[in-house]
Amino acid sequence: MPNLNRIKAISEKEVFHILRDSRTLAIIFILPLLQLIIFGYAMNMEIRQVPLVVDDHALNSSSRALVDAFIQTDYFRLVPKGPGVLDPGELFKQRVAQATLSIPKGFNQDDFTAQLKIDASDPNSAQMIQSYATGIVNTWSAKAGVGIALSPLILYNPDMKSSFFFVPGLIALILVMICALLTSISISREKEMGTMEQILVSPVTATEILLGKVLPYIFLGLMDALLILAVGMLLFQVPFRGEFAVFLGFTFLYVLTSLCLGLLVSTMAKTQQGAMMTALGMTLLPTLLLSGYMFPIPSMPPILRRITYIIPARYYLQIIRGIMLKGNSVQHLYQAGLSLVTMSVVMLVIAARRFKLRLS
Amino acid sequence: MNVVEAQELSVRYGATQALKSVNLKIPEAMVYGIIGPDGAGKTTLMRSLCTLLPYSEGSIKVLGYDALTESAQIRASIGYMPQRFSLYQDLSVEQNLRFFAKLFKVKKQEMLSRREELYEFSRLKPFAKRLAGNLSGGMKQKLALSCALIHTPKLIILDEPTFGVDPVSRVEFWQILHELNGDGVSIIVSTPYMDEAVQCDQITLLHRGEVIGQGSPEEIISGWQGKLYNIKGDNLQEMFKYLQSKVDKADLQLFGSEIHLYSKTALHKEQIETWQTEYPGLKSCVEIQPGMEDVFLRMMQ
Repeated sequence: MPNLNRIKAISEKEVFHILRDSRTLAIIFILPLLQLIIFGYAMNMEIRQVPLVVDDHALNSSSRALVDAFIQTDYFRLVPKGPGVLDPGELFKQRVAQATLSIPKGFNQDDFTAQLKIDASDPNSAQMIQSYATGIVNTWSAKAGVGIALSPLILYNPDMKSSFFFVPGLIALILVMICALLTSISISREKEMGTMEQILVSPVTATEILLGKVLPYIFLGLMDALLILAVGMLLFQVPFRGEFAVFLGFTFLYVLTSLCLGLLVSTMAKTQQGAMMTALGMTLLPTLLLSGYMFPIPSMPPILRRITYIIPARYYLQIIRGIMLKGNSVQHLYQAGLSLVTMSVVMLVIAARRFKLRLS
Repeated sequence: MNVVEAQELSVRYGATQALKSVNLKIPEAMVYGIIGPDGAGKTTLMRSLCTLLPYSEGSIKVLGYDALTESAQIRASIGYMPQRFSLYQDLSVEQNLRFFAKLFKVKKQEMLSRREELYEFSRLKPFAKRLAGNLSGGMKQKLALSCALIHTPKLIILDEPTFGVDPVSRVEFWQILHELNGDGVSIIVSTPYMDEAVQCDQITLLHRGEVIGQGSPEEIISGWQGKLYNIKGDNLQEMFKYLQSKVDKADLQLFGSEIHLYSKTALHKEQIETWQTEYPGLKSCVEIQPGMEDVFLRMMQ
C-alpha cells in the first residue's frame, strides 16, 4: 500500500524544486503564452481586408449596390482605381490589389453580369476570397430579388472563424506538451544528479515516487489550462458556451493523462535531454497531425485512423471543442473522458513496472 | 551477530568483472573499512550491500535479511551515503533532513529531537536555512551523514565519505564516526586512504575486485614478512633509476621524498656501502617498520 505521508513528502519536495528553478517556471508559464501567441497568429487562416479594385462602367444604382455589398463586409477594402484601362495583371504584380471587379455598361435588370478576377498566386487565399465573394453576391442577389442564392448553413462557427478551431486545439496541444515535458525530466533529473541513488535506499516504493511527482504538476497543469483559456478568449475572442466545472473536470483528466505519458517517458530515458526530446517527439507532431486538430480523422487512411485512438489529444479535442463551442455537458463527453482515464491508468501501471528500484 | 555476511559474491558489468568471489563477515558495532585504490570495486561492493545492484553470483545478508528478496527491509533499516553528493542541492539543510525523515516515516516529534542531536555533532545548525548546494565540501558530507542517520539506523554504509574533503574536515568527520560507533552504530566505510584504514577496527583490502587481505589493521601489518628499508638521498628520480638497475623493480616504491625498498632478508652492510660508492648521492638506508600503505602495495603484487 502506498504511504500517503511519503507521497506528500515527495510532492512537497517537487514543489520546492519548482519554486527554486526558474527554468521550470518559465516552461510552465511563459512557453505556453509564447506558443499560443505565435501559433495563434501564424495559424490564422482567415483573410480580412482584401484590397479590391472596382472598375464600374455601369455607374447605376444596381452596380453601386453590388459594390457596397462588397465593401460593407470586413473582407474587402476598396482601393481606388487609377486612371486608364483596368489591368488586373499589373495590379496583382504590384500587389496593389488581390482582386478586381469589373462591372460592364449594361449591368441592369436585364443582364447582371460582372467579372471578378482573383490573384491566385496564393491558392489558399484565392479560394477564401472566392468563397467570400460568392457569399456576398448570393446575399445581394437574394436581397435584390434576382436569381436563386445558394447559401450553405454553417453551424457553431457561422463566420468560419479559424480561431474557434485553433484556440481549443492549442489548449490541447500545449497542455500535453508542457505536462509531458515536466514529468519526463523530473525523474531523469534525479538519475542525472545522483539523488535517485540516495532516495532508493529508503523504504520508498515506485508507486509512491511516481504519484508524489505527478500531484504537484496536476495543479500546475490546470493553472496552465486556465491561463491559455483566458488569454485565448481575450486575444482571439473565442466563446465559452459550456460549464466551467465540466471544463475543469475533463481538463484534469487530460492533464493527468499527459503527466502519466511524461512519467512513462522518464522511466525510459537516462538523461534529462533525452527525456525532453522524447517527450516532445511523442506529443508535438502526433498531436498536431493525428488528433483531428489539423486534419479530420475520418479522412485519414485506416492505419492512421487506428493510431489516433492512442493520442490523448484526440479525446480532449472532442471534449474541449464540445464544451467551448457547443456547450456540451458531461453526458455528451463521458466516453472521451473514460478513454483518458483508461490511458492514464495503463501508462501509470507500465511506468511503475518499468521504474527500477535498482541501479543499472 | 554479523551485520553483513557475503558469500562468494560476484558482480559483472558486461565483460568486466567488478567483484570476484568476495567473502565478507562484518561483526556488529564495528567501524569496518573496505580499503582499495580507485577501480578496486569498492563502490560496487557498497551498492550491492545496499541492495542497489543485482549481483550475478553468491549471496548477501544484511542485518539477517537477504539482499535480493528482502531488499525493502534492508533499505528501511540502514543508512547509506553514496560516493557522490546525492542530496537535493536546491533544498536547504533543514528541508533535506525533513524530506529524508518523512521517507523513513520518522514521527515528527522524534524527528525534531533527532535533528537537534544531529545538528549538535555536525554543527550545521547555523546553516539550517542554507541550500545544500551552497555548503562547503566538508559540510555537505556532514549533511549527507546526518540524512543517512535521521531514522537512527543500526548500520550505516558510507561510500568514500571523505572524497574531496579537506584534511581538517576529514579528521573531524572521522571523530564523528568514532562517536557514533561509541553509541553502538555499526559502520561500514570505504576509502582509498591508508591513514583512514588504520582508524578502522577491521578492514578488507580489495584489489581488482578480489579480497587480498582481511583482519584488523594491526594484524595485517604484523603479517608483513621480510624487511623494509627507507632510502634517502639527492636527486630522487635518478637514485630511483639507479636502484632499479640493482634490485627487482617491484621491490621499490617512491614515497614522497623517500624510497621504500622491500627485501626478503636483511641487507648486508657491504651491499649498502657498494651502492653509496656507485651512487654517492645516496645518503642513508635504514630499516623501518612497514606502514599500512607499504603492506597494501606489497599485497597488490
